Amino acid sequence: MKLIKNYAGRLVPDKINGMTQIPYKGIGKHKPKGFKAKPIIRSCADYPSDGNKIVANLKEALIKSGIKDGMTISTHHHFRDGDALTNQLFDTIKELGIKNIRWFPSASFPVHSHLLQYLEDGTIHHIEGSMNGALGRYTSNGKMKGIGVLRSHGGRYQAVQDGEVHIDIAVIAAPTADEFGNATGDRGKTACGLLGFALVDSEYADRVIVATDNLVPFPCVPWQIQGNNVDFVVKVDNLGDPSKIVSGTTEVTKSPDRLLIAEYIAQFFEDAGLLKDGFSFQAGAGGINLAFAIYLKEMMKNKGIKARFIRGGSTKYLVEMLEEGLTDYILDGQTFDLEGVRSMRENSGHVNTSPFTSYNYHGKGNFAQLVDVAVLGATEVDLNFNANVVTHSDGYLLHGIGGWQNALFSKVTILAIPSFRDRIPVIVDKVTTLVGPSDLIDVIITERGIAINPKRKDLIQATKNSNLPIRKIKDIYDEVIEITGKPEKPNFDLNKPVAVVKWVDGTVLDTIFKIRE
Amino acid sequence: MKAIVGKQDKSNRSDCYIELEILDSGGIQLEMSSKVEALFGKQNRELINELINFFEIVNAKIYIEDYGALPFVLAARFETVYKRIFPNSDKKFLFPFSKHSKTKSNKERLRRSRLYLPGNSPKLFMNAGLHKPDGIILDLEDSVSPSEKDAARILVRNALRTVNFYNSERMVRINQLPLGLLDLEEIIPNRVNLILIPKVESEEEIHTIENKIKELKKLHNIKDEIFLMPIIESAKGIGNAYSIAKSSQSISSLAIGLEDYTADIGAERTNEGKESFYARSVIVNAAKAAGIQAIDTVFSDVSDMEGLMNSVLEAKSLGFEGKGCIHPRQIQVVHQGFAPKPEEIEKAKKIVEAFKDAESKGLGVVSLGNKMIDPPVVKRALKIVNSNW
Repeated sequence: MKLIKNYAGRLVPDKINGMTQIPYKGIGKHKPKGFKAKPIIRSCADYPSDGNKIVANLKEALIKSGIKDGMTISTHHHFRDGDALTNQLFDTIKELGIKNIRWFPSASFPVHSHLLQYLEDGTIHHIEGSMNGALGRYTSNGKMKGIGVLRSHGGRYQAVQDGEVHIDIAVIAAPTADEFGNATGDRGKTACGLLGFALVDSEYADRVIVATDNLVPFPCVPWQIQGNNVDFVVKVDNLGDPSKIVSGTTEVTKSPDRLLIAEYIAQFFEDAGLLKDGFSFQAGAGGINLAFAIYLKEMMKNKGIKARFIRGGSTKYLVEMLEEGLTDYILDGQTFDLEGVRSMRENSGHVNTSPFTSYNYHGKGNFAQLVDVAVLGATEVDLNFNANVVTHSDGYLLHGIGGWQNALFSKVTILAIPSFRDRIPVIVDKVTTLVGPSDLIDVIITERGIAINPKRKDLIQATKNSNLPIRKIKDIYDEVIEITGKPEKPNFDLNKPVAVVKWVDGTVLDTIFKIRE
Repeated sequence: MKAIVGKQDKSNRSDCYIELEILDSGGIQLEMSSKVEALFGKQNRELINELINFFEIVNAKIYIEDYGALPFVLAARFETVYKRIFPNSDKKFLFPFSKHSKTKSNKERLRRSRLYLPGNSPKLFMNAGLHKPDGIILDLEDSVSPSEKDAARILVRNALRTVNFYNSERMVRINQLPLGLLDLEEIIPNRVNLILIPKVESEEEIHTIENKIKELKKLHNIKDEIFLMPIIESAKGIGNAYSIAKSSQSISSLAIGLEDYTADIGAERTNEGKESFYARSVIVNAAKAAGIQAIDTVFSDVSDMEGLMNSVLEAKSLGFEGKGCIHPRQIQVVHQGFAPKPEEIEKAKKIVEAFKDAESKGLGVVSLGNKMIDPPVVKRALKIVNSNW
């Protein structure tokens, strides 16, 4: 393996876990030729004639799926920190004595620190998905056997479609399912909303296992996952903790500084002329975003403006906007609270989407690029408007990418961030890890002021007479550094890459190196 | 000889915990951990070593847990723990004045909102000015527990020298006498604009404080004016309101504190406020008679913005010009409440024009239409027109 400099000037490995890589070439430059990966042919003659695919337990399903060393096993993240299935799955894999699994989740959560023991004992070789919390720290300390791969939700779809990742066995946690394998996330005691992230797994994996704690007689309606793609159904006692499935990021912030940021965002919408009838926006969870949605809602009401669609991450605040007629649709990628789940179940204007419709690079377009404004967060933004969401300034890997890279393709991308957290600057001279290239990042909104990417002359012009504190990013940076002091850089071991960040097209955007102790 | 400062608790964000034990021998044994070790570990150690040298500590065991404290906080905490062992030391570890510490004030500036910050909670300091209150109060009195008065005093001193409070007036609420005099010694040399004096009951207290300030200004060669805002919080204070209001040329405003006042008269504090109507009117009248601002109490339900607005409008209708805030979200509501109505601004503009017209013609009397305008009305109109509402 050697390191090469990519288009963004970042050092990236030419090979990862034995596979040759393509360095990042710039936005929209990489266009693979040929055909998409193809799923294996199956015949219904090989499946139970009564359609009943239930097997006794997870262990039997894995054995029947032909599990062996070195396979790729996928899971999806809808249960978030309440997930109990993934831990049970790897307990079972360990029990079977299987080694060197490539785990391909759509995201990991603190609850998955249970898996550290399996990274340690060789059951899991490496993770391709996200490495949050303790898993991130483990990776940054150079302890994982293989190199981790971080992908966006869209990038996950792309990686399966262009053959970079072949899923041997997909395990799908379903809040409700029937014995045929039809499954839905919008009902059941562990309802999580939708199962969009598992769509690609169900279509492309060699074997698909649906695990549910709420088995209903055929048909399970709606069928977000089609039973026709499913090999085995397992009934389990405990899929997860519902209180943590939809939780955590759904409280509106009480922090006055964050409320100030939220107010600035809403005002920026107005001053920049983004607030007009039929517009669209994407808002995630997280305190600032929720507060912003509340301010925006007031503004829309006062001005009699209606959105055509909102892309979520839905929360009760977006649901209220839908129910009060302030938007025609919510195009939902994931539900963040039970109100979102209820609305998805009951309201035909609350539409369930997937990374294919919203984010996929190998689609003939995707929804993210149709969004007028996306409001997102970041762990760092630098003077050139590059941004980071996966590491902190101390160099440790802490978060996944989620849909963040994909959402950057909206017409106006706003990053809402505090200018520093405690003593840690968020506006920095150079991002620790490049996850979002500056070409796609238009506006930074902090409690100390707003900076517009000089490339967006249109936005600069539109807000010329605004009363908002619009400043140069360097001014905000200087003010922050004056407060915090200029931080030292993390001490990376440049001989030891521990993970890479993929761009949405599958090229390698940046490398995360081991932290020297 | 051992002392500690701070809470040993990770949730003590932007602050730190220090144990200092002076020994007879063995040199310096420093153990320091930090939440921001990778980014600021080196700088923190350099600062601590500078502090050790400055305070001439030769043999000691020092244990520090840092939760992201800024240098001015770390230094204040270190000085506090040192002085808990050597209370008679007159060493002060002073940062150079930052360029932001130079906010000037004037007696008649707007004082619609004043934001209280607990003087021993540094994490609230850095961003307080971003919410644009007219004044920021670093509070050494009720929000600081008796055991932490020394820590808060040093912290507030350091903050006055280094923190950017943007354009807010820099205020400190000192403790009641005699503790307040110790506060003044740390505060006065450090570019404070206004001192709030709690629970004032007589003009003698004002004279004591005024004399102390005079003495300190002379000692430190301070030319800028430092204004006073006595807070009246008792029946006796209300009884003496006018004599307090006119007791010093430095008094810019007279404030009322209702929490203590209602307790003092044995009444329950209600939203309607019947029990305090008399006292509030006395304050307004005393202040206006002395030619200074009348400032209302705080509104303590931070979640009730509608209640706050009503309370501001009521205060304005009684003649008050300002209100205390205990949460930054209250500030804009207070400003909106005190803002003149559009028709008031229009009328004020006309009066000012007439005034300028009379001035240019050398007329002693200002008139609008066939009505004569009295000087206080002109003054009020000028204030409305010239203020940045």
